[in-house]
Amino acid sequence: MKLQEKYEVVIGMEVHAELKTDSKMFCGCKNDPFGAEKPNIYTCPVCLGMPGGLPVANKKAIAWTLKLGLATNCSLNKFSKFDRKHYFYPDLAKSYQISQYDIPFCYEGYIDTPSGKVGLTRIHLEEDTGKLQHKVINNKKVSLIDFNRGGVPLVEVVTEPDITSGKQAKEYGKKLRHILRFLDIANCDMEQGGMRLEANISLRKKGETELPNYKVEIKNINSFRFLEAAINYEVERQAEILEQGEVPVQETRGWNAVKSQTFSQRTKESAEDYRYFPDPDLPPFHFSDEYLKEIKDSVPELPESIAQRWVKEFDLPLAKAIDFSSVDSEKLLHWLESILRELHNKKLDLVLFINDYTNKKIVIPSRAQVKENTNPSEVVKLFEELHSTETIDEDILNKTIKEVLTNNTDAVEKYNSGQTQIIGFLMGQVMRTLGKKVDPQVIRKAIQVALES
Amino acid sequence: MLNKLTLTKTIQGLKNKKFSHRELYADVQKSIEQQNKDLNVYLTLNEKALDTAEELLETPLAGVPIAVKDNFCTRDFRTTASSKVLDTFKPQFESTVTSKLKKSGGVIIGKTNLDAWAHGSSTETSGYGRTLNPRNTNHLPGGSSGGSAAAVAADMASSSIGSETAGSIRQPAAWCGAVGLKPTYGRVSRYGVAAMASSTDSPGPIAKTVEDAAILLNAFAGHDPLDGTSSAQTTPDFTQSLNTSVKGLKIGVIYQDVAEIGFANDKLMEQLKVFEDLGATVEKTQAMDPHYAIGVFTVVQRGEVSSNLARYDGIRYGNDRSLFGDEAKRRQMLGTYTLSKGYSEKYYELAQKVRTLLIQDLNRLFETYDVLICPTSPGFAKKVGATKGQAMFGELEDMLVEASAVAGLPGINVPYYRDPKTNLFLGMSIIAPMWREDLVIQAGDAFEKNTSWNTWRNES
Repeated sequence: MKLQEKYEVVIGMEVHAELKTDSKMFCGCKNDPFGAEKPNIYTCPVCLGMPGGLPVANKKAIAWTLKLGLATNCSLNKFSKFDRKHYFYPDLAKSYQISQYDIPFCYEGYIDTPSGKVGLTRIHLEEDTGKLQHKVINNKKVSLIDFNRGGVPLVEVVTEPDITSGKQAKEYGKKLRHILRFLDIANCDMEQGGMRLEANISLRKKGETELPNYKVEIKNINSFRFLEAAINYEVERQAEILEQGEVPVQETRGWNAVKSQTFSQRTKESAEDYRYFPDPDLPPFHFSDEYLKEIKDSVPELPESIAQRWVKEFDLPLAKAIDFSSVDSEKLLHWLESILRELHNKKLDLVLFINDYTNKKIVIPSRAQVKENTNPSEVVKLFEELHSTETIDEDILNKTIKEVLTNNTDAVEKYNSGQTQIIGFLMGQVMRTLGKKVDPQVIRKAIQVALES
Repeated sequence: MLNKLTLTKTIQGLKNKKFSHRELYADVQKSIEQQNKDLNVYLTLNEKALDTAEELLETPLAGVPIAVKDNFCTRDFRTTASSKVLDTFKPQFESTVTSKLKKSGGVIIGKTNLDAWAHGSSTETSGYGRTLNPRNTNHLPGGSSGGSAAAVAADMASSSIGSETAGSIRQPAAWCGAVGLKPTYGRVSRYGVAAMASSTDSPGPIAKTVEDAAILLNAFAGHDPLDGTSSAQTTPDFTQSLNTSVKGLKIGVIYQDVAEIGFANDKLMEQLKVFEDLGATVEKTQAMDPHYAIGVFTVVQRGEVSSNLARYDGIRYGNDRSLFGDEAKRRQMLGTYTLSKGYSEKYYELAQKVRTLLIQDLNRLFETYDVLICPTSPGFAKKVGATKGQAMFGELEDMLVEASAVAGLPGINVPYYRDPKTNLFLGMSIIAPMWREDLVIQAGDAFEKNTSWNTWRNES
């Protein structure tokens, strides 16, 4: 029997994402750690943890966290607070992180993935730490701290141990990133650490229902591909250990992308004691029904539900609808929808349009692909023109082209010198002279032939 | 001897051109030169005070010299919190209180000594040596704002600024025979004050008279967007409560049953008759045993201290953790313990529950009484050296004001007795409900003006 058939994979994930508010979580400093020209320029007594520096919570970051909770089917705590989480590390200015302990803003939600539903335990808000840099300066090894990132608002999304494969972990991560981007609250730049993935992985025998008595944490993964690979590697590694009758060591492991292996980073002897207590500098929150309604009203219709609606309203196939609605911007999605609506009203072929659009076939003469700022009616017109059945006598077309080329020697010269985009201009001239709706692609081709002959 | 004038009379004198800044500062500097070496009040002095003051005649405080406790961050002077850990720390920013003080025309004449990190009630645990009580140099000034109280009592400043977590303004004021006003928690911004116990820290004035305290509080009270716990309540003009009749004021006297405080309690009851003469009613009443407050405060405060001091990890401020004094180390260890897993329910969380009971108990009394009064400290200033081997020294000396402190209530210390032999004082604490500084100022002012215990009122 193959090991994968003998064991069941149990994965819970913790994902951190930096919110893209203008200012930091607890002070007025600019929140732009990746755009900063120099280290430590976006700092103040508060985010540097100086004596007497006091945190004041960022309203927008809280509203966005609640919004994220609602978009991921969470319940919201009407009473919530910030707590201090104590641990020592040089990148942590106050030697405690302001986080949330027992009453997170959001709890008990879920995210659907193609491989099944993933329960969310909680979503809470905290502050990011500074960044350590280990360098050699004047032949001396030094460790430097950059606090531009210190105090940046950070949401942590914790799942139930519902994920059953590396593939699903990847699906979940992508879906969460999509929601964060669609809500326009996080950039989720994985490479720079704007979104960070952690997975707790363990195996149990098929059929068992209790959680395994160990777990291995994979930390600091900055790509979904690596996440999937690391989990797959871990599953095999752990299965082999279990096969030998042993229990994998409870530890934190990292991913070595060069060797395509996980490696041990830190062994957890016992649970850490963070000495959590409510931060006395930050009064607790009592969210009013009014306020929560305001938040609720601010949550846009999500792509998933828009896709469902398209299936009903426009009779689109589900897969097509999901695919086409998977865009990161709410504005773009609304634009696409208004095009689909117009196409639908005109009884045009929506699937054909989606294919054309996806293959970048719908172009404005002289310009490239249509964009969000193009009037939807114009896009529909271009689509119709693309498939216009009006035919044209080839001789007339060629005659017209010859005429236009003769009258526009400048443009022809430009084309020949490599400025091929000028063809759009020539197409326009030809179409105007013809005075007919002709498939632009036919004209384009004919002009190209004429120019290159 | 212009340094002996009250703040009120100093401002008046300057504005009416009865004397100049130069004359005033000459007297103040002289008194500092004569006394600071022995008393050890100031850790850092402002060499340019006079130049600054001369520009400020048109401001409300007219350029008067104010002493500031050295746990307020000041851009122009190093700020040590009396701990060697911060020996060379020069803040790049100004605390809200000192910033407002300067805007109102107060001049920081110097930074005063305190118990290191404001941990204590003696100013004997400072990393820079003890401060002595100007009233009797064999005795301690109290603390933690001992330097600020001594600066006032020794006429080395017109008034001073201190901070109270539980007793740290009122107790040194009591021991030095001065007025100390602890505002409601949230009335005065904590921004830029090295945190001790964040949930009770309250900056406030130490002054020669109640009127002086009200004037100084006007200068720096009010909402601060930089402090999330600062209240958005409107700030009244605190001087409006001066010279108002206490007729009909209902006064409850608490802690008369506490065994440790015989003499101070007896003298207090005698003195409170003045209020009856003025038409107020005075009644003994029962509050929750103050020993509970000691327990609550000790646990909560140590917990918060262990968290607030964790940032001094030896990496950033140039000095490592070995420079923490014994008192700070003790508090950090105890606080770390009470917040630890498995113990926080037993200590920290339990203390917070009892804290709620204490608040409820005081609120209950305020249903009957307008203000509550008790001695600020169980007795007179203790002798120099008294803290040796006494880990709970502060808690015992502050036991009578800890309940009102953990409840966040406003309170004022006014002197009510002077021992003719030792020249040491007893002070009473007048406590009112949240945001009712007006009541403690009204009652304190009435008492002060109808008795002769205040040493400044009758002079000049």
